[in-house]
Amino acid sequence: MRRLIFKNVARGRLTEPAPKPDDVALAELAANLDRAARRKLGRSLAIREVDAGSCNACELEIHALNNAFYDLERFGLRFVASPRHADVLLVTGPVTKNMREALERTYAATPDPKWVVAVGNCAADGGIFAGSYAVEGGVSKVVPVDLHIPGCPPTPEALLKGLLALISAA
Amino acid sequence: MASLTDIAKTGRKAEGHRPFPRAIVGGDGWQLAVRELVEATATLLGLWGDRDAVHLALLEELSGAIAVFTLPCPDGKFPSVGVHHPAAIRLERTIADLYGYKPTGATDTRHWLDRGFWGVTHPLGKRRKRAIEAYPYAFLPVEGEDLHQIPVGPVHAGIIEPGHFRFTANGETVVRLEERLGYVHKGTESLMTGATLDKGAKLAGRTSGDSTVAYALAFAQAVESALQIDVPARAVWLRALMAELERLANHFGDIGAICNDASFSLAFAECGVLRERTLRAAQACFGHRLMMDRIVPGGVTDYLGEGGIEALRALLETVRSSFPGVVEIYDNTASLQDRTVTTGYLAPTLARAFGAGGYVGRASGRAFDARKAVGYAPYDQLEFEAPVRDDGDVNARVWIRIREVEQSLRLIDQILERLPEGRIHTDRAKSGGVREGLALVEAFRGDVLIYVRIGEDGLIERCHMRDASWFQWPLLEVAIEGNIVADFPLCNKSFNCSYSGHDL
Repeated sequence: MRRLIFKNVARGRLTEPAPKPDDVALAELAANLDRAARRKLGRSLAIREVDAGSCNACELEIHALNNAFYDLERFGLRFVASPRHADVLLVTGPVTKNMREALERTYAATPDPKWVVAVGNCAADGGIFAGSYAVEGGVSKVVPVDLHIPGCPPTPEALLKGLLALISAA
Repeated sequence: MASLTDIAKTGRKAEGHRPFPRAIVGGDGWQLAVRELVEATATLLGLWGDRDAVHLALLEELSGAIAVFTLPCPDGKFPSVGVHHPAAIRLERTIADLYGYKPTGATDTRHWLDRGFWGVTHPLGKRRKRAIEAYPYAFLPVEGEDLHQIPVGPVHAGIIEPGHFRFTANGETVVRLEERLGYVHKGTESLMTGATLDKGAKLAGRTSGDSTVAYALAFAQAVESALQIDVPARAVWLRALMAELERLANHFGDIGAICNDASFSLAFAECGVLRERTLRAAQACFGHRLMMDRIVPGGVTDYLGEGGIEALRALLETVRSSFPGVVEIYDNTASLQDRTVTTGYLAPTLARAFGAGGYVGRASGRAFDARKAVGYAPYDQLEFEAPVRDDGDVNARVWIRIREVEQSLRLIDQILERLPEGRIHTDRAKSGGVREGLALVEAFRGDVLIYVRIGEDGLIERCHMRDASWFQWPLLEVAIEGNIVADFPLCNKSFNCSYSGHDL
């Protein structure tokens, strides 16, 4: 084990420089968040991820944010285990009817001020699952959304850009 | 004991079903087929509803033959399979929810996917409007002194899919786990009906995101069997390349995540790096990290240029130089071994009875691997082993993954060496009538079964997809029994069943 640790130290870091916040996301946020709200956010955010019916591809890429290349925590962004500890809900999936209540209750359990980020094309409008008897057709049908990050699934870089837009100063 | 072929002969052969035979049988033929399950000469591959009928797909253990038996049920009833063979219970409950057909004699008649929120009943059968109101659901009764229950989910603490786990514990020891799934039911099979083949391929690729390649492959194979399309050789080999890259990425992710669930973050970080490098190589080769929508009926969408091959060779070199170090650490860290060895034991008898596929089955003595059993191209021309163990614990499931990583590297070597030149796509023929296809493909977590029926108009009439998780989820309930609650994440991750692939 020691050998591996020494080797890693000698190799230097894998973590890549931060991408610029996404302009489109900034524009959407400017419309949705006022300056005061953004000041309250500061530069640290606790994120609770909620899978509301995704195919799990979005979760895989959200997971990747924690790996050594993207290292989300260096930006003050971290995932928490309970909505009660969260500032932001990161919601994926078209919101299945079977998950609607759980999403509503998770939202209600998140203390104010709170923000909702809808991740992926399904979360925007149901995506390829739109029109099914079993889905609501997007996160905004159930809870108010502050930011959409499109993609199927969005790459970790796209996720990072969206989240950086959320914490970048007004 | 009859053979599946003999039983199939008692019924009427369904013309246009390829490549495996499908027979339309009466009650007697159905009972004969079910008896094969009871006598363990056959393994359940699938049980699903259709217009006025139910289909039962079986695998004959000795010969490896696959056959589908269809029982017409115009009166909305069919004899329960689950009452004789427990692996079929959840599949039957699903048929009852989606089609409204009643399995007569079934002992568990609770809803499975339908929770009462859809606004309709029997969405794939005779659909009726219904007020949105939750159905009551009775968990299995638990009796005994000093027992307490822990309800977990559907929203979990980690970044994972939603499902509900009802633990009954005595102190720290789990006495019973009961799963309740269906939260991510998206009605995928209803969207399939009437869809074009292109849309169908996209839907199949979004059944379970971690297995998007395997699903797209199974769907494409089913369609190609139905329409008798010959896929160009290069496309066939590139498909296998994608499938092995997907297997690598997922196994890296799983090995790391299992270690992380024992709070061993060094291995988690190392495996996370390997997974990321694999996904980046996939991006360089095929333009998408998860390789979504790259396999389509008729071929593949990307040729794989020199740049991609370079990226792959670099990946193989990195993995070969760093993965053995991670394995060594896994094997030599006593505190980690303490958590994984003997934890979450699954007996080989159960793995066999449920037809558990993938690392769950292969860690418990069931050698089945669709790449070998069905032997679809190009695996019939490649050298690799399907590793098997019989110790059946979390540790065994980790080791199967480690060995499969090694085999996937070997496969990718061979594919790069022998990759044929030429076209990567062929045009689809007109169906010229109703055509059916069935495919069984090895995803990283086990075999995926896809049945597709294409109408004269070239649109999908019915598509059924059965994830390996259907037969693994029930076994997780058994594997956790007698373990402490704190070991559930380890057991769960070592199974890594799909929620979305199961709920559809």
